[in-house]
Amino acid sequence: MNTQNPASTDTGPDENPQVLTTRDGIPLKVSLARALRREKLRALALIAPLLLFVLITFAAPIADMLFRSVENGIVSETLPKTVEVLATWDPESGEIPDQAAFTALYEDLKVAVEEKTHTRLGSRLNYEASGMSSLFRKTGRRIGRMEPAEATVERFIDIDKDWGTVETWAVLKRYSPTITPGYFLNAADMQLTAEGVEMKPENERIYLYLFWRTLFLSLTITFSCLLLGYPVAFLLAALPARSANLLMILVLLPFWTSLLVRTSAWKVLLQQQGVINDFLVWTGLVSDAGRLVMINNQTGTIIAMTHILLPFMILPLYSVMKTISPSYVRAAKSLGATDWTAFWRGYFPQTVPGIGAGAILVFILAIGYYITPELVGGTDGIFISNRIAYHISTSLNWGLAAALGVILLLAVMLLFYVYDKIVGIDNVKLG
Amino acid sequence: MSALPAYASTGQRIWHYSFRTICGLIFFFLIFPILVILPLSFNAENFFTFTKEMLAFDPAGYSFKHYEDFFTNPDWQQAMRNSFAIAPVATLLATSFGTLAAIGLSQQHVPYRSAIMAILISPMIVPLIISAAGMYFFYSRIGLQGTYVGVVLAHAALGTPFVIITVTATLVGFDRSLVRAAASLGANPVTTFFKVQMPLIIPGVVSGALFAFITSFDEVVVVLFLGSAGQKTLPWQMFTGLREQISPTILAVASLMVAISVVLLTVLELLRRRSERLRGLSPS
Amino acid sequence: MKFKTLLLAGAASAMMTSGAMAIDLTIVSWGGAYSNSQNEAYHKPYMAANPDVNIINDESSAEAVAKLRAMNEAGNVTWDLVDVVASDAIRLCDEGLAQEINFDEALAPAPDGTPASEDFGDLIVSDCFIPQIVYSTTFGYRTDVEAWNGREPDDICDVFDLENFPGKRSLEKRPINNMEWALLCDGVAKDDVYDVLETEEGVQRALAKLDTIKDQTIWWSAGAETPQLLADGEVVIGSTYNGRLFSLIEEQDQPVKMLWDAQVFDLDGWIVPAGLSDERKAAVMDYLKFATDTQRLADQAKYISYGPARKSSAPLVGKHAELGIDMAPHMPTDPKNATNTFLYNYEWWADYRDDLDAKFQAWLAG
Repeated sequence: MNTQNPASTDTGPDENPQVLTTRDGIPLKVSLARALRREKLRALALIAPLLLFVLITFAAPIADMLFRSVENGIVSETLPKTVEVLATWDPESGEIPDQAAFTALYEDLKVAVEEKTHTRLGSRLNYEASGMSSLFRKTGRRIGRMEPAEATVERFIDIDKDWGTVETWAVLKRYSPTITPGYFLNAADMQLTAEGVEMKPENERIYLYLFWRTLFLSLTITFSCLLLGYPVAFLLAALPARSANLLMILVLLPFWTSLLVRTSAWKVLLQQQGVINDFLVWTGLVSDAGRLVMINNQTGTIIAMTHILLPFMILPLYSVMKTISPSYVRAAKSLGATDWTAFWRGYFPQTVPGIGAGAILVFILAIGYYITPELVGGTDGIFISNRIAYHISTSLNWGLAAALGVILLLAVMLLFYVYDKIVGIDNVKLG
Repeated sequence: MSALPAYASTGQRIWHYSFRTICGLIFFFLIFPILVILPLSFNAENFFTFTKEMLAFDPAGYSFKHYEDFFTNPDWQQAMRNSFAIAPVATLLATSFGTLAAIGLSQQHVPYRSAIMAILISPMIVPLIISAAGMYFFYSRIGLQGTYVGVVLAHAALGTPFVIITVTATLVGFDRSLVRAAASLGANPVTTFFKVQMPLIIPGVVSGALFAFITSFDEVVVVLFLGSAGQKTLPWQMFTGLREQISPTILAVASLMVAISVVLLTVLELLRRRSERLRGLSPS
Repeated sequence: MKFKTLLLAGAASAMMTSGAMAIDLTIVSWGGAYSNSQNEAYHKPYMAANPDVNIINDESSAEAVAKLRAMNEAGNVTWDLVDVVASDAIRLCDEGLAQEINFDEALAPAPDGTPASEDFGDLIVSDCFIPQIVYSTTFGYRTDVEAWNGREPDDICDVFDLENFPGKRSLEKRPINNMEWALLCDGVAKDDVYDVLETEEGVQRALAKLDTIKDQTIWWSAGAETPQLLADGEVVIGSTYNGRLFSLIEEQDQPVKMLWDAQVFDLDGWIVPAGLSDERKAAVMDYLKFATDTQRLADQAKYISYGPARKSSAPLVGKHAELGIDMAPHMPTDPKNATNTFLYNYEWWADYRDDLDAKFQAWLAG
């Protein structure tokens, strides 16, 4: 890094008295630039290990997810020859492909059966059209005993009549490219058909609804947090330091308590044979038969998550309110404003940055929640996250899980950008 | 607000007390769920609710059996061992990388600072389910899925943003002329770091480490996807317990975890006060 | 010097032999009472007979398919034998994640010499799957519901009858079984159920029937939930696996009874993951031959009320290991319980699972 300034050495102090130089004769400007470079490099050297670590352990997985949400190499890898033949076939013709396609299919499947990849392809295509799974399993079983000469159109249709339908071949052709928008379309309740992209039938639409519900529940939770958090932060900011610190413990203890501990607590409190219902029955407010249903539904999710996220609202609000000088309100009152006007016109506007910060923080956290809805949400209190987890571990449709994840990630990144504009990432405070 | 002036009107008085009552109720909402599990964990019955004996303060209604179960049940014990095998290592990784990077970031001239900051903070912002999904896919490819190393690396990545934030916060108030003074007196950068900077940022490093520790110790989503039976941690065991074999032992574990939180909270508070004293600020 | 060399060589060879002898088998199962029954009936006797084998239990069967796929992708399969339900076994076989098994070569014949493939008969639903037990998904109900005025449900359709049997129900949070039951109670003949369900109208019909009890239903995803809900009185009738209900009724003595009508038979058994080394595969196959013989399968029934998958095991089923009651009457396969059973169609569900699941979840969410 020192080789960059070869000219500097021959500029002696005597030749150019106007230029300020350091003791070893280097112009001050150059020397400063050099020092600056060195400082920059040192800073980068200190950051580099973590940056590399985060890139490998965290950013690469996210990139992998992006890739999986569109990756679709399986069709052209398993059936290379068939894909080639189908390139010239037009599904619009209304006729199934000719013998060449069946011969190619036979040759491809022969290899695939050997490597046992045909059933995997069947499961992949089954996401797009029901029946593909058994079609490939059944055909694969027969193909082992089939001679090349037997690979006729009739023979295939004899194995399964689906080989005689245009739709089967059209699906194969539609999903032969190695990059597919299919998963994203699925994630938006759409599908790729012969006529292009269209909405799925009404009774199969679920993801848009789930996204909407995730949004709605997150907003409700954010709003409840604000409603409960504002008075508490206001009180804490107004109280003398000693009592405020003491009450702060009541906010910080839940903040530091494990998420699962708090979720278990709500399970204990909310269930029908739980503490709250028992108390209500004991006081006579509710009859034993009329115990309230507060868990395994939206109510459960909202109550538990409001409790879990409330400290994230109170802390930023508090830090903003603490900086507001009480003299504004006093001035307003001395000028004849009522208590309410003094608060609403003099105090409240100054707390808006705190509200923005807290609300976005709570909303970002809420929108990606998984554990609490899974445990107390029942069927109508679950989030899109629960569906992502379902597709990863139960239905094995990893492409769809990745696509749903990418959409959720984009939403969060947008919010994060807004947060950065309002608060700045550097100003995130903890505890 | 804090004290009601003597000249307050009746309306103001009513408002003052009802406001305090509302705040009291909210504080109750915050703390009650945590307090309620403490007595319930001593339930002599296998129920999740108060029995008649418990409400009558009959000693027969209380017992240590759920705690006994926790300390003798091999599943819970293994889960506890796993938690303590994962969290400290993840903390160590997160703290050492994070502290170095925070010092780097707090230099006066850092190229692409905001971009770098965004990447380094991202593990805290990206929803856990997405991190978990991405890691599951990627770690499967490179053979880290279902391994101890995989879980530790993932938890370390999730913990680093907290270290960066807390350490950067202590460095914001750091007087850089101290470094220059040390350098001009002939100390080399390493000595300067350990003799001048380190003592001042130590509270930030420790609280960052505590955050990283609790992040790993409480984390369940990522470990659920990345771990195999050999990495079953306490939160994981609690999660399966809540979903499947619902037993009050969970409440005993939960109570113990509350105790851990109280200890951590106390340490943090002490650190905060120390840090403020060191920087010459009076505790607010 | 020479002595030292000798000593070293001796130590080295001792280490090598002990290294070669100690075999770790990682066996994956469901945990709880079920793993316990396998431990008593299979693992303990096998380890007693083969002191060099050490069995490590992993309770990950619920996530087996996803985890095996991840392991396979990483090229590092750490499991040796996995207990899964039949539909998962078919899926694993389809995905090339499980090994195909030659039944007659790999498994012991029945005591009378009947080859294994015949002894298991038509329970062999996949080339990769060695059935172990027959279980059923059926209903349990509380016997102390006042609103029922002494009536007790004896028909599957009583689940849909809110008038005579009011109260909360619990059903599994997936279309499988629920759709079939709904159609049966909507007047579809048993043999036509899957044909009807294949059509769009059939799906609508089943969902419409489920709609009638939707707001009275709690949806479960783990087998332990219904027993817990029944015990807590949170539901009055609910579906789950018959073994869980047995333990609730007989072992925990709760006021609950079984409704055996239209119980859905299903299978659970072993698969050997693909990609094992020859050495590990040999060790697994040796264990498998032992653990699936006639006597071992019958022994498992002492600990849990699931029917052994071999025909030859049925006569050997004895009494419960602790309660001392006869186990045969509690088996889903017992003639008295199996008067009206429903056969689950694996092939059909493999095709329609993705599609119906989307429709079911959309219905559930709406």
